[in-house]
Amino acid sequence: MCLAARERFGKEIEDMRFNRRQAMAIGIGGLAGASLLGVSGPALADKKEADEAIAKFTGGKTPIMGKVKLELPEIAENGNTVPIAITVESPMTAASHVTEVLVLADGNPRPGVASFRFSPASGVAEASTRIRLAATQNIVAIAKMNDGSVFMDSKQVKVTIGGCGG
Amino acid sequence: MITRREILQVGAATAALASLPGSLGLGPLGRAFAQQRLTEAELLAFEPLGNVTLLHVADVHGQLVPVHFREPSVNLGVGDAKGQPPHLTGKAFLERFGIPEKTAAAYALTADDFEALAKSYGRIGGLDRLATAVKSVRAARGDDKVLMLDGGDTWQGSLGANRTRGQDMVDCFKLLKPDAMTGHWEFTYGEARVKELVDQLGFPFLALNVRDTEWNEPVFAPYKMFEKGGVKVAVLGQAFPYTPVANPRWMMPKWSFGIREEEVRATVAKARAEGAQLVVLLSHNGFDVDRKLASRVAGIDVILTGHTHDALPVAVAVGKTLLVASGSHGKFLSRLDLDVRNGAVQGFRYKLIPLFADAIRPDPEMRAAIEKARAPFAGELARVVGHSESLLYRRGNFNGTFDDLICDALMAERDAEIALSPGFRWGTSVLPGAPITVEDIHNATAITYPQVYRMKMTGERLKEILEDVADNLFNPDPYYQQGGDMVRCGGLGYAIDVSQPIGRRIQRMTHLKSGKAIEPGTEYVVAGWASVNEGTEGPPVWELVERHVAAQKTVRLQLNSTVTVTGL
Repeated sequence: MCLAARERFGKEIEDMRFNRRQAMAIGIGGLAGASLLGVSGPALADKKEADEAIAKFTGGKTPIMGKVKLELPEIAENGNTVPIAITVESPMTAASHVTEVLVLADGNPRPGVASFRFSPASGVAEASTRIRLAATQNIVAIAKMNDGSVFMDSKQVKVTIGGCGG
Repeated sequence: MITRREILQVGAATAALASLPGSLGLGPLGRAFAQQRLTEAELLAFEPLGNVTLLHVADVHGQLVPVHFREPSVNLGVGDAKGQPPHLTGKAFLERFGIPEKTAAAYALTADDFEALAKSYGRIGGLDRLATAVKSVRAARGDDKVLMLDGGDTWQGSLGANRTRGQDMVDCFKLLKPDAMTGHWEFTYGEARVKELVDQLGFPFLALNVRDTEWNEPVFAPYKMFEKGGVKVAVLGQAFPYTPVANPRWMMPKWSFGIREEEVRATVAKARAEGAQLVVLLSHNGFDVDRKLASRVAGIDVILTGHTHDALPVAVAVGKTLLVASGSHGKFLSRLDLDVRNGAVQGFRYKLIPLFADAIRPDPEMRAAIEKARAPFAGELARVVGHSESLLYRRGNFNGTFDDLICDALMAERDAEIALSPGFRWGTSVLPGAPITVEDIHNATAITYPQVYRMKMTGERLKEILEDVADNLFNPDPYYQQGGDMVRCGGLGYAIDVSQPIGRRIQRMTHLKSGKAIEPGTEYVVAGWASVNEGTEGPPVWELVERHVAAQKTVRLQLNSTVTVTGL
């Protein structure tokens, strides 16, 4: 088959070149399940760190699912650069607007990925960037509103060995 | 893999041989007997309905001429798809759709009695038969009411397609005058070649889910509006979402894919806003992905599915969306007649037309084009490499005899103790007693990254590979499935519990040569092909298979009982 696996584990390779790009890719991929905010899976050491970051951001409040929309591929084409877009439903007026969005990846060595600040002048609460994912994991985006309420969305992104399709 | 149930079925098939004319040594008489009830008129018979006809073909995989293709005997569904079409095989499939055993339809749609029925009913498909069927529908129905759509995986899967980088298929398909296509394996010819061929088509290559990686701009037209039978029809194209994951990303480095559900929703809305009364998704998502998509995206009237090679004799309704599954390798043409009034589908009639090569006349224009396309390789294609005493086939979730042969070849020719071969769903079948030709070998191996590597892998790494591939197939959320079958293993046995999550499905991995358990820390010599990594070096897989078959002269494959499946 069908291997990107050797990038991660490669030891003795015959009949194959091992270029620098592939060597750099060692460590990408992996099959770790992840657990965050009640999403089931084997626990990771980072869960605590992620939970702490959320608690700090929300001031101890439990975020409500909704209003936040996270756009991510279900399976990453390249774990080194995964496109992510966040949209928060809000009128973005002085009376009602998003102040900040925090993005966390609970399977990365450091779960903090990005934070975005907004004001009514932003017009819309939308942001997009590219992130690096070390393994299959959950990405969570939490939005803080000017009234202190917090909303979230979460999505699993699979980082796979690849090959073998259809 | 062979389960007890299958052993029972093998017994039943043997018993059935006696009642089949083709197996009584009647030869051509047996064939004629079977075909008395199989005429072109009957195969194409269709009482027209409404004002629009959709014709659909998908996953032809480079096959210009009629083929033997055994449908799967194992095709497990997980999660919501468990026990649902298309995850039905054998008798369960026949019972579900009311198809009598041993009939032409049973032969075309299931694996039971395949060898015996193949002798009676012969080969199926061929673009010249397809052309006859398409022309016939257009003539009877009126060109102004018919849309002909190609779901992709058309340009790859044979020696000729690979040598000409898809040119033979493009030249022949042009004669069918499709209205649009989408793709998957097409992309493995590289970005430049895809653009070159798309420019030659004369009809659009649609893919709403392909964006360039730099500016996130569409690479292909996302949809096209047509006017058929007085109805404004929008056809949206969805290429295989995981092309850069399942196939080498370095071959399409500037293109990004994905399911992009939001994009589908937005494109449907845009087409509706432009006045589309009928919205058709020409999809290469795979059936289970499309079933989920249909349940989540409103406003799609019809999804013409592809990729997972399912052939279903009915259109499956998910809410208000109809899902059509037209099979593979050119065996079938789908016809869906729709009554579209007041911006909605008021009624439909569907037929999956099996293109029995002995019953349907070849279209002379297409036949000439096929002969021309095959002429440069005619001698090579026909060259006999050896013979097979066993039925060679690939399709099925865990193992196929053709894969067993390929794995044997990899281990023998590369001196490896374990072989890994990808679970592709394409590849034609070879009947017992038939010669194995160069064409047969390439029908199972013709890809643009055919190098056979040889390397050492630890037991831990082998387990991770099996787990990873199993999750592509058995993740209960279809959006995480890639649509291939399980990686085939030579020299390695295992048990799989398909109901478990990733990391816990694969158990009892066994080194077959020694009979010992695979140890996580021990290294094993592994040969495999179709690596998605750039720069993989080694001989092309077809060369090794040819050498191995030539050395064997006669291929005999034992029942493969190396995979035990639970959690069904």
